[in-house]
Order: sequence, then C-alpha cells, then structure tokens
Amino acid sequence: MSETSNDKRKKTDASNTDAERAARYAALEAESPRISPSDYTTKSRRSFLTGGAAMAAGAFGFRWIQTRPESDRIPDVLRRGHEVNESVWRALKRDGVNAPTFPRSASSMVRVNGRRGLGEEIDLAAWEMRVEGPDGTLLGTHVMDEIRALPFHEMTIEHKCVEGWSHIVTWGGARFSDFAALYADELGGLPPYVSLNTPDEEYYVGVDIESMMHEQMYLAYELQGEPLTQDHGAPLRLASPNKYGIKLLKRIGTIRFTDERPTDFWFERGYDWYAEL
Amino acid sequence: MAPSENQIAVLKHRRASRWMHWINFPVLTIMIWSGLRIYWADVRDPFGFGVGLVGWHWFDFFPDSVNETLGLRARLAKGMAWHFTFGWLFTINGLAYAIYTWRSKEWRHLLPDRHSLRDSIKVTKHDLMFWARSKNPLPPQGRYNGAQRLSYSAILFLGGIEVLTGFAIYKPTQANILTTIFGGYEWARGIHFAITIIFLLFFVVHVVQVGFAGWRNFMSMVTGYELIDLDDATTDSVSFDETHISSSGSDTTDPDSNDEELSHV
Repeated sequence: MSETSNDKRKKTDASNTDAERAARYAALEAESPRISPSDYTTKSRRSFLTGGAAMAAGAFGFRWIQTRPESDRIPDVLRRGHEVNESVWRALKRDGVNAPTFPRSASSMVRVNGRRGLGEEIDLAAWEMRVEGPDGTLLGTHVMDEIRALPFHEMTIEHKCVEGWSHIVTWGGARFSDFAALYADELGGLPPYVSLNTPDEEYYVGVDIESMMHEQMYLAYELQGEPLTQDHGAPLRLASPNKYGIKLLKRIGTIRFTDERPTDFWFERGYDWYAEL
Repeated sequence: MAPSENQIAVLKHRRASRWMHWINFPVLTIMIWSGLRIYWADVRDPFGFGVGLVGWHWFDFFPDSVNETLGLRARLAKGMAWHFTFGWLFTINGLAYAIYTWRSKEWRHLLPDRHSLRDSIKVTKHDLMFWARSKNPLPPQGRYNGAQRLSYSAILFLGGIEVLTGFAIYKPTQANILTTIFGGYEWARGIHFAITIIFLLFFVVHVVQVGFAGWRNFMSMVTGYELIDLDDATTDSVSFDETHISSSGSDTTDPDSNDEELSHV
C-alpha cells in the first residue's frame, strides 16, 4: 500500500521536472505571434509616436481640467463629475436602506468640529423656528415644546465627516418626517427640496426631500442622552448617518420647503451638493 | 542596438493590455494624489505610529514635511472632486483589464500556478544575492517568473479590493453590505489606505526591476514585442525547440524558416 502511494507521488513529481515545466511554458509561449526584426523596428517607431501623442494628450487633458472655469470653486468638469455621480447614486438608491446602528454603549461624546453660524450663545427659551413655503411666505413658527411633542426617537449611529473621521454617537429627537407631516397638506405635497438656515443666516444647507424624509434624519435635541450644548447646535439641529456632517446644520433658525435647489454653504466652497452616504 | 537578422521579436503584451497598463499609471497617480488630499484633511486623526494612550505618537504618517512638500493641506474639496470623478476611470479600466485578460486567455501567463510560491523564493534569492547567483539558479519560467506571477496577480487583486473598499467608504449606507464585509467604515478606510501604501511600494520595486530587466523588456510594454537573440534562446532554455532554431541559422535553409510561427501574425 505504502509503495503504491509512494509511486504515485513520484509520478506527479516526475511530471513536473524543470525540463517538463520548461517545455510546457515554451509551448504556451510558442502561441505568441512573432515578427521579423525589421517589422519590429517599424512597430517600435510607430509605438513611440503613438505613446508620445498619448502622453501629450494626457498632459494636455490634465492641464485642461485644471484651467477650466470654476463652478463653485472647483473646475466645471469636476463639478459635472459630482452631478453625474449624484444622478447615478440617486438612480441606484434603494428605498428603506438604513445606515448600520450600534449598541448605545458603543457611543461617546463627539468633538465640536464647526461653529459657523453659531456666533454668540443664544437665549434658548426665546428660540423660535420659522417654517417657510416655496415662495418664502411664513407658514408657521415653532417653539421647542412643539418639537418635543412629536414622537421621540433615539439612534446610535456613525456620524461621518468629509474630513475622513467618524464617530459613533447617540442622537435623540424627532424624525424630520414626522415634523414635515404637519405641513404636507398645507403645501399640497412636499416640494423636492428643503433649505435650512441658522438664525444669523451665516450657515445654510440644502437637502433633497427624499433624504430629509428618511427615517434616520432627525431634528435632534439630545446628544448622548443629554440636551444639546450650544456648541453642538442647541436647541435643535439635524442629525443623520446618511449625510456628511457638513449637511447637518446646527441651531436651526429657518426651514424652507422649496421647489428650487437651494444653495449650500459648503457647496459654494467646492463640495458636492448631494453629499449622500 | 539595431536589430539584426538572427533575432526575432515575440509578442509579449497585446495592444489592449499595453493601453490599459499605461492608462492605469496616470489615473492611479491622480487617485493617490487626490486621495492624499482627502487623507490629510483629517489633521487630528492621521494614522500614527507610537504611543496612542497619552495622545502622543512618535510620528505622523506621513510627517508634516511630506505633506508640505506636496502641498496637500486644505485641498479637501478638490481632492474629493478629483477622486470621485477619476475613480470611475480606475474602476472601468480595471474591470476592462480583468475581462480582457480572462477572455484573451492571457491569464495563463499571469496567474500563479502551484510552483509559483517556491519559484518566487528562488527568484528573490537569485535577485537579491547577486554575489552568489550561480548557487541560486533561476527555475524555469514562461513569460513571467513565479515572483512576477504572484506579485502581479496580488496587485491586481488588491486593485479590486481598493475599488470595493472605496465604494464601502464612499457609500457606507447605500453600499452597506460592502462596508460590513470589510468590517465597518473605519476598517474599510484603513484597508483602503493600506493598499494605497502597498501600491506605492509596488511602484518602487516595479520600476527598479524594470530597470534591471533592461531596454528590450521595457520596449515590449511599448511596442508589444520583445526582441530575442536566437542564439541566446538556445542556451537559455534547452527545451525551446532547439533543432528548429539551429536550422534557421544554417546556410542551406531559408533564414525565415520560422514561417509557420510567422503565419500567426
């Protein structure tokens, strides 16, 4: 028995001697077309010309992009790239897909990364949020008690920044969709965009209505189970795992439902308008 | 330098492979350059080596000096714009290469076989221990040796992982299946970055090796054909149809007795 298996092994080894392997490789290589040295010389010349032309075209293309007129702080072709990406991802978007959630214990206090639009501390008791329709007319104002009257939800999610970092945090508050329902009838259906501003209008974001109506888009007033601090956007801010932090406006002053795509603070400074994750 | 009559040129890299190889170079360069702009936007949490416990590390990866030389600071918006536009080119070029290599059966030259691992050790010894080359003979090889088969295949595989981790951190909600496979957002980000470093190291070794391999080898990536001296071919590889080649050198035979093979062209 042992002899047989030994023989067998010997045989497989033998079929792979260096000479046999070399023959096998050579047979494969023999399939490759061959040409005469003079044809090779002609081909070389042609290839160098083609290669040179391709390199020049590449260098020209790179310079061309860099010197294109800017569209909101980036070359217009790259802005177009953002727009194409947006339409691709909007087309591919699967409804009802949520970002992963985590156990509450995985979360911790997040850094304060931006204070634009916050300025001085405000009197939280005097805060009121304006809601406007497409033509800018005032539809209503809200105080915090009205927001707190909406169903309370909590989520522990990964908050993500365009800078690359992420942080697992627990947000508490109302779903924006519950809030928007208060105005759906009055508006005869919700228009395609929402524009949000800080009270001083120093910071502003524009978001598509589909993203706003996602169940993980909160009007948040709690962070880690505590009321928001002013640095984190008290009394009310946006929170979501599905948009970068640049879209998650702190200290909401005005919400406007609008038919026109609203401008956006960081969009004007070269970033993607959609910023969807 | 001029080719002579006892030489022959053998097709090594087909036209499509050459184009995709050379297109990949500037595209990947743009991806790494724009990717570093994104990487460096997170100035507080760069990947660092050293003691993290006390919030201090030995050095940042990369050190500030590298970053300043390349002018990478505060270019996040442009970095993202370039990265998410050219990412498609990198992806499409890589996909096209994978499909082409499969359909054209070029993979037979490229994928590792069961000898490649052992071969690659022998090849590495031969290359590095240049003072004792006769003691470390090269194993038989086809178009690529074992080390090449392994490293080229690995780098192509990593290219695929780079694209997938890229999508995993680009769309962690919409592509959350991918993100989960790679162990979550932060892991996917770490893998994406680590592969970039491997690409850079591969590039350095690749260029050095191409330098050592010489002009004819380089030319094969330009013209497609590699010039071979017929006399050398007989000594290099005994099994390489010895009789056939030696007959082509004799006076009585037509020097173009390779007609049969030439008809492939």
